[in-house]
Amino acid sequence: MTIWQLVIKEILRRKPNFVSGLAAVTFSVAVLTGSLTILRLHDLRTEQIVAAKEQETRQRMTVLEDDYRKIMKNLGFNLLILPKDQTLSDFYADELVSAYMPDSYATRLAAAKIVTIRHLLPSLQEKVKWPERKRTIILIGTRGEVPSMFRDAREPILVAVPKGQAVIGHELAESLGLKVGDRITLFGRQFTVNQCNEERGSKDDISIWIDLSQAQEILRRPGRINAILALKCLCAGNELALVRRDVAAVLPGVQVIEEGSKVLTRAEARDRAAKEAAEAMSAEVRNRRQLREEQEQFSSILVPLVLLMSAVWIGLVFYANVRERRSEIGILRALGARSSRILSLFLAKALVMGFVGALAGYALGILVGAIREAEVTFSLLEPRVFLLASCTAIVLSLAASWVPAYYAAQQDPAEVLREE
Amino acid sequence: MSWMVLLERVEKTYAKGNGRVTALAPIDLAVRAGEFVAVAGPSGSGKTTCLLIGGGLLRPDSGRVRVDGQDLYAMTRNQLAVFRSQTIGFVFQQYHLIPYLTVLENILAPEAAHGRADNRERGRALAEHFGLDHRLEHTPGELSAGEKQRTALARALLFKPKVVLADEITGNLDHENAQIVLHYLKEYAKTGGSVLLVTHDGDIASQADRVQHLAGPGESEAAW
Repeated sequence: MTIWQLVIKEILRRKPNFVSGLAAVTFSVAVLTGSLTILRLHDLRTEQIVAAKEQETRQRMTVLEDDYRKIMKNLGFNLLILPKDQTLSDFYADELVSAYMPDSYATRLAAAKIVTIRHLLPSLQEKVKWPERKRTIILIGTRGEVPSMFRDAREPILVAVPKGQAVIGHELAESLGLKVGDRITLFGRQFTVNQCNEERGSKDDISIWIDLSQAQEILRRPGRINAILALKCLCAGNELALVRRDVAAVLPGVQVIEEGSKVLTRAEARDRAAKEAAEAMSAEVRNRRQLREEQEQFSSILVPLVLLMSAVWIGLVFYANVRERRSEIGILRALGARSSRILSLFLAKALVMGFVGALAGYALGILVGAIREAEVTFSLLEPRVFLLASCTAIVLSLAASWVPAYYAAQQDPAEVLREE
Repeated sequence: MSWMVLLERVEKTYAKGNGRVTALAPIDLAVRAGEFVAVAGPSGSGKTTCLLIGGGLLRPDSGRVRVDGQDLYAMTRNQLAVFRSQTIGFVFQQYHLIPYLTVLENILAPEAAHGRADNRERGRALAEHFGLDHRLEHTPGELSAGEKQRTALARALLFKPKVVLADEITGNLDHENAQIVLHYLKEYAKTGGSVLLVTHDGDIASQADRVQHLAGPGESEAAW
């Protein structure tokens, strides 16, 4: 006959006493676990909301960026790479070209691993008098986009103009009655009209595009160009300085100018949308955090209160048990039990109560969470919480039963036996 | 001569109001090994007090108590507990059986008190000896008074104590059962054990080897 056998037998014999103490432990642990479970549920829900919002934002931004990329492409080239010596005031005011650079510059840029620019188009353009038609035009020589050496080929913004063919700006074509297939003479050379552009509302409407090498011959600039048109990559955002830094590293003798305020406006709009999405998300997270703090505050009052009430109840249950077992305590003492053995008899019972209460309370607490959100039940089974629940239950039972158990251990057996 | 139980000028009083009440007037008492001694006296003469003092459960105000040559009250509480479990067996009028244990478990209860758990066969043998073998799995509530007292006696003898202290153990028994229990006590004394039985019943006391009378409260101002 061991102490444990005695404890188990007594529990089985006096079930109501044990169950009433167990109920208090179970309730306390259930409240503790339930509180932690609700907080955990809240955190899981927050994670889900944030993840969903992040994904939604990512999707929106992907769509937005794709749109932006297409818009930028549709708007055409937005970067102009000019020789450093080119006077910008002359260039802007009169299309006056004052400096040139080798057409190999475009190839060098294409060979460099620059990610901030793409679609490189070398061109030679000058405002000239078209002698055969007595018209001022902008003659543009181009050989098509220089393909990047390390990137996949993209559909070009502007295709090359074949030798002996010309693309005519809208205003010129309209005023001169030119159409596709017509033959024109340009500086004594014969060209076939390859394409007449739609109206663009810019200097393009009085421009003629021909093959670069033919333009170099006409303008007597062999192997020279005066501009490289390019498209700023989306990855560079609004940071023109990044592009300038990258280009300067390859071609120190050039200047980079950004064109097209529409593009900037679009980029700003995109950035604003991204910022608003981030703000909306952080506001949501803030609200969830505040809600969590409120729940935490409520739990921090409820849990200790329940623990205290349970401790008092368990203490009373054990006190009643001690009173009921006075005769047993007396005879065990008479049979040679030390007071520490009597103490351990009650503390062992408290330990059993704590352990069973921990299991039952933990299960009950998890059940509360499972009822609220069944799909996350397994995520709620945290060893940390179980350990906390077990420790709390056992400490609660032992602490609450300590005073009655000590009282039992200190009882005078002579007094008890004489009373009987 | 070696005494197994020796009480020398032992006295016990209790505080009551402003004065003190005598529970046990000064007494000398001695029991040899193998002797069955009865302490007889009217109610309130201090019989139970005498027994509790002799068993190391109640410290006297004065006098000396020796059991098996040991001065009981010179020991610490823990030493006394160990000594009691090895040397003294108690039997009480009210049996003090543990209600949720079976007869066999009650007989083995001293194991739980002492922390030893290897006496199951001895427990069964005792149950058989006391005619309880058909009641091993019964709880005290299902036993007759005689069976309860025999269970209590078997429990007292589990660790083969040198001394059995019995307090009015026939008080709740009919004549037949009282004689059976007395028979066991005599039998135990014949095997070398010392028995100290306190009783108010002169007929029961007369069956002991020797009787020591205690004066009643009126005769000696004892209030117990």
